[in-house]
Amino acid sequence: MSMAAEERSARAPWALTAPALMLFVGVLLIPLAMTVMLSFHDWGQYKGIEPVFILKNWHEIATDPYYAEMFWRTFRIAILTTLLTALLGAPEAYILNRMSGRWKSFFLLVILGPLLISVVARTLGWALLFGGNNGLVNKLLMSLGAIRSPIPFMFTETGMVVALAHVMMPFMVLSVWAALQRLDPQIENAAMSLGASPATIIRRIIMPQIMPGVLSGAIIVFSLSASAFATPAIIGGRRLKVAATLAYDEFLNTLNWPLGAAVATLLLVALVLIVVGSNALIERRYAEVFR
Amino acid sequence: MAYLELDRVAKQFGAQTVVDDFSLSVGKGEFISFLGPSGCGKTTTLQMIAGFLDPTRGAIRLEGKDLTAVHPAKRGLGIVFQSYALFPHMTAAENVAFGLEMRNVSRNERTERVRAALAMVGLAGYEDRHPRRMSGGQQQRVALARALVIKPSVLLLDEPLSNLDAKLREEMQIELRQIQRTIGTTTILVTHDQNEAMSLSDRIVVMSQGKIEQIGTPQETYEKPASAFVSQFLGKTNDFAAMIDRTAAAAKLVAGSWSAPAPAGLNGAVTVSVRPERIGFGDAGLTAKIVTRIFQGNHWLFQCESECGPAIVIRQNDGQAQPAEGEAVRLSWRPEDMSVRARAVA
Repeated sequence: MSMAAEERSARAPWALTAPALMLFVGVLLIPLAMTVMLSFHDWGQYKGIEPVFILKNWHEIATDPYYAEMFWRTFRIAILTTLLTALLGAPEAYILNRMSGRWKSFFLLVILGPLLISVVARTLGWALLFGGNNGLVNKLLMSLGAIRSPIPFMFTETGMVVALAHVMMPFMVLSVWAALQRLDPQIENAAMSLGASPATIIRRIIMPQIMPGVLSGAIIVFSLSASAFATPAIIGGRRLKVAATLAYDEFLNTLNWPLGAAVATLLLVALVLIVVGSNALIERRYAEVFR
Repeated sequence: MAYLELDRVAKQFGAQTVVDDFSLSVGKGEFISFLGPSGCGKTTTLQMIAGFLDPTRGAIRLEGKDLTAVHPAKRGLGIVFQSYALFPHMTAAENVAFGLEMRNVSRNERTERVRAALAMVGLAGYEDRHPRRMSGGQQQRVALARALVIKPSVLLLDEPLSNLDAKLREEMQIELRQIQRTIGTTTILVTHDQNEAMSLSDRIVVMSQGKIEQIGTPQETYEKPASAFVSQFLGKTNDFAAMIDRTAAAAKLVAGSWSAPAPAGLNGAVTVSVRPERIGFGDAGLTAKIVTRIFQGNHWLFQCESECGPAIVIRQNDGQAQPAEGEAVRLSWRPEDMSVRARAVA
């Protein structure tokens, strides 16, 4: 091969990935860098954004307990959502995996179906069922005399967790499902022949092996729930804000872009740290299962 | 009395009969092989003994007690699976200890028995390895140790050696036989490999399409195959169309220009089966021409075209001159080296 051809083939990968790379840099990296920069700018009610370097916004976030409460709430909701999806999703995937062919594909479709519907539509569905006095379920239960006042759902953390868990469930089920596919089909028989009861088989043999799937599902669900916007915006509205809706309000209502940028940046950094950190932990803990 | 007894066992999946009318009694300490091509029902039979499948009809008894009424977890059988089905999240020692743990064996005794079991299969020092860090042969040994450590009443082996390469498979065969002889566990092996079945077992159960074709010692099944299926499945064989001629004073069995005194009880069209290593080149017998001659070290393999169809002949490489390709020869064999079956004439 000639020198020129060698040079050309060395350049080829770069040339071939250039379009995608440019898109990536143009629509993700540059805006991200600008957002980070924006968070150090100054803002005033009458002067607008001033491109100077100050730590005002960061200082405000660090000292005002309002922001601490907001972030604490965001992560509390995300953690509870993750727990709920894991508790319901893992058994769901296991049952699904044990079903026979035709039922399996049917129920897989049922589980994945929600992904085809807009998050807004799904969340509004919850609002229609439980929203105050006019919610369908509340109305029914009240007219039956089962409850006196409507079940509080809108503007509550419980409501947000339930709605988010519904939205996120497919990610957990798919993740556990993928782990179940890797199981040796005879492994349960092997454990049974050694004298293990069904409960022991699940606890000692199945659970440890699908744990990596549960945990990677948990990472997906956690990061998506912590940064979710549509569901908290509809269920929580202005009364129960989380980090994502807070940043949105700073940008579009208060018009304090630098503060909004600081909130968004902090959310991003916190999420990246949590996800990367827990991923490293999981991979080390389950090195033998992952191979 | 039979130790393990299968009495007219059958298994149906929907309208399809996978195992039919399977009767077998296994003596204590015996090594039995279920041999047959894939889909012959051998694994299904094994799974019925293990309890993963329930027989549609028939009974399975262990020491006279009905085994099908016992939950698979309580049968106390040791099973080695084709895929080994080791627990990947446990070390070799933890894998082997699992069955003992389920039996509430004390920690000290458990450690001791696990160590002994791993040493028996030649894996002393591998206690803390995880299965995925072991070779196929080592995983196989862990699976065997795990099945044996619980002192099973019967050891069931489901194609345990089929994932190993040829050399390792041979080593494991010898080792498996030695271990089985030493501890004397009644063993049932499922395999499609005739060499494996012959070198390991006391008796072979040859199966085809859900039915037993023949039960016998390796020699019996090889030397006196009960059906065309058995003779073709176990090793190479030559089938020649022949006739029994009872018109002459001494009844004769005739195949082309070869003939012998007729065996009793048969008449008309028959098939004569002869193993390739039992055919010799002589001055009389079936006329044939050698098509190819292949040298295989300790023996020669001849493919011939005889007057009764193609024939394979194997001769020991004993230093004597052998016929060349294209040479005309006469094939003959001793009457005791053949088996004769009635042949349906179309």
